[in-house]
Amino acid sequence: MTEAQSLHGATALERTRPPGLLYNLFVRNISAKIAASPMVAIVLIVFVGCTLWTIWFSFTDSRALPNGAFVGFDQYERLFNTRRWRISATNLLTYGMFSLVFTMVVGFVLAVLMDQRIRFEDGFRTIFLYPFALSGIVTGLVWQWIMNPTLGLQSTMRGLGWTNFTFDWITNTDMVLYALLIAGLWHGTGFVMVLMLAGLRSVDGEIWKAARVDGIPTWRTYIQIVLPMMRGVIVTTLVIVCSGIVRTYDLVVALTNGGPGLSSEVPAKYVINYMFAAGNLGQALAASTVMLLTVFVLLIPWFIVEFGPKKHV
Amino acid sequence: MTTNAEASGPRPRSFFTPTRIITYGIIIVAALYYLLPLYVMITTSLKGLPEIRIGNIFAPPLEVTFEPWAKAWTSACTGLTCNGLAPGFWNSVKITLPSTIVSVFVAAVSGYALVNWRFKGSEFFFTVLLLGSFIPYQVMLYPLVMITAQLKIFGTLWAVILIHTIFGMPILTLLFRNYFASLPQELFKAARVDGAGFWRIFFQIMVPMSLPIFAVAIILQVTGIWNDFLFGVVFAGTQNYPMTVQLNNIVNSVQGVREYNVNMAATILTAAVPLIVYFVSGKWFVRGIAAGAVKG
Repeated sequence: MTEAQSLHGATALERTRPPGLLYNLFVRNISAKIAASPMVAIVLIVFVGCTLWTIWFSFTDSRALPNGAFVGFDQYERLFNTRRWRISATNLLTYGMFSLVFTMVVGFVLAVLMDQRIRFEDGFRTIFLYPFALSGIVTGLVWQWIMNPTLGLQSTMRGLGWTNFTFDWITNTDMVLYALLIAGLWHGTGFVMVLMLAGLRSVDGEIWKAARVDGIPTWRTYIQIVLPMMRGVIVTTLVIVCSGIVRTYDLVVALTNGGPGLSSEVPAKYVINYMFAAGNLGQALAASTVMLLTVFVLLIPWFIVEFGPKKHV
Repeated sequence: MTTNAEASGPRPRSFFTPTRIITYGIIIVAALYYLLPLYVMITTSLKGLPEIRIGNIFAPPLEVTFEPWAKAWTSACTGLTCNGLAPGFWNSVKITLPSTIVSVFVAAVSGYALVNWRFKGSEFFFTVLLLGSFIPYQVMLYPLVMITAQLKIFGTLWAVILIHTIFGMPILTLLFRNYFASLPQELFKAARVDGAGFWRIFFQIMVPMSLPIFAVAIILQVTGIWNDFLFGVVFAGTQNYPMTVQLNNIVNSVQGVREYNVNMAATILTAAVPLIVYFVSGKWFVRGIAAGAVKG
């Protein structure tokens, strides 16, 4: 026997490349399959199984327990005829639009400013980002206190002599969503700024030289050249911000708990309330299915960018 | 995607141009807006109630008192009981530590299997896992309540730990998969030729080479789990409510006089752990959220 043949016959290769289909399916890579089994189980049981379960039972009239009879789209019809849901959905739409636009614009502007070779960049970034490390509950409670009409900002300004100063958004039915917006922006814009800054820094530096040679003003270079080049980062950021907005829950619980009245209710809170407090499971599951659909509609643009036909730059 | 690259913007000619002044002006005003709540939290927590009732929320405390902090920690009331935040703090520790360890370990092994030990369908499962991270939690909440009830762990720490492990999977697996894929494959192949198996390569080669990404993953999980409210309130059971839930109960409980200084002290205490993690870890935290958010 030559050396090569004995190597072939005796060592690792024998264990890794044996004959037989059954072996390939069940024995080959067995450690890896065992190790990956939690992932497979989570995917199959939770992300696929639980989601299908919820969609299925949203078509039943289940109350406290999931044992109701099949009722077709009745729960959905009832959902959109419920005042509380309509307010929740409209609130989320209003809050979401403002939140999305402001988060993206403020995040981008801050990132551009941070990109001007400023001093103490790390320090400023630390300041802009720290709220993101805090929970929605903490954020909500701090801003609840600052915006407290009797002892917070309003009374402080009045005490300084501006006796007509009014800042009662948190107790004002028409303005409470903007109070939510102030707290939400404080929490989330730093994160968008960091992502945008990373995007700006990944743009080829030669662009700047070329733009300067052509005499294009800085702000135009940012908007017309750099921004389109950051398409990937921007779409990813959009997806993250959107799915965060749809999930808005603990911030509302801490800041206003849905009040005054129903004026700051959101869908996520509607689901939890009907699921656990009101014992109307069918409604809760229908509402959460609508949330799911919303998220997947929002995901479509991301899919097109990530997996669609690639443009050549 | 790197976060610590050089600034790529145009180089300023001199320091005191109008553009420069406006740039710094806006940044400083923005920084004040971001710092304001932290300042208000700290000053309010150090004031006595009479001083708070004067109504100047921005004034520094005339007389510094640490009583609100003591009260928040030991005797603030959450509805019926008055044990302060301390039990909630320990509950959060008991939830965060095992959840972080289990979720990081499971995700690291999955990421390693996905890169080095591909099997039929592994990429498919990974794609579904990533998509799953966009499903609103409310959609999977009730079935998970039923599953944990079947396993007889609903309302215990085990349930919360399981839930955190499940929902930490997508982002952590992505993190580890991308990191392991960036390591030189020759190392893995050499170890294979030497006859090392799945676990041996993992523990003796991959883990020692991946300490940075473990740090990022741990930072991500500790802050995320500590800040969680929804899973704690649903799965933990009243005895095991984490700090965020107890904090909300203390501050938003309707009975009695509202003690704003105690509330703010309690809020800082709850925020302390993620804040310390954030300030100590600095760039790692930034790397973690950027790597988790922007693929590759």
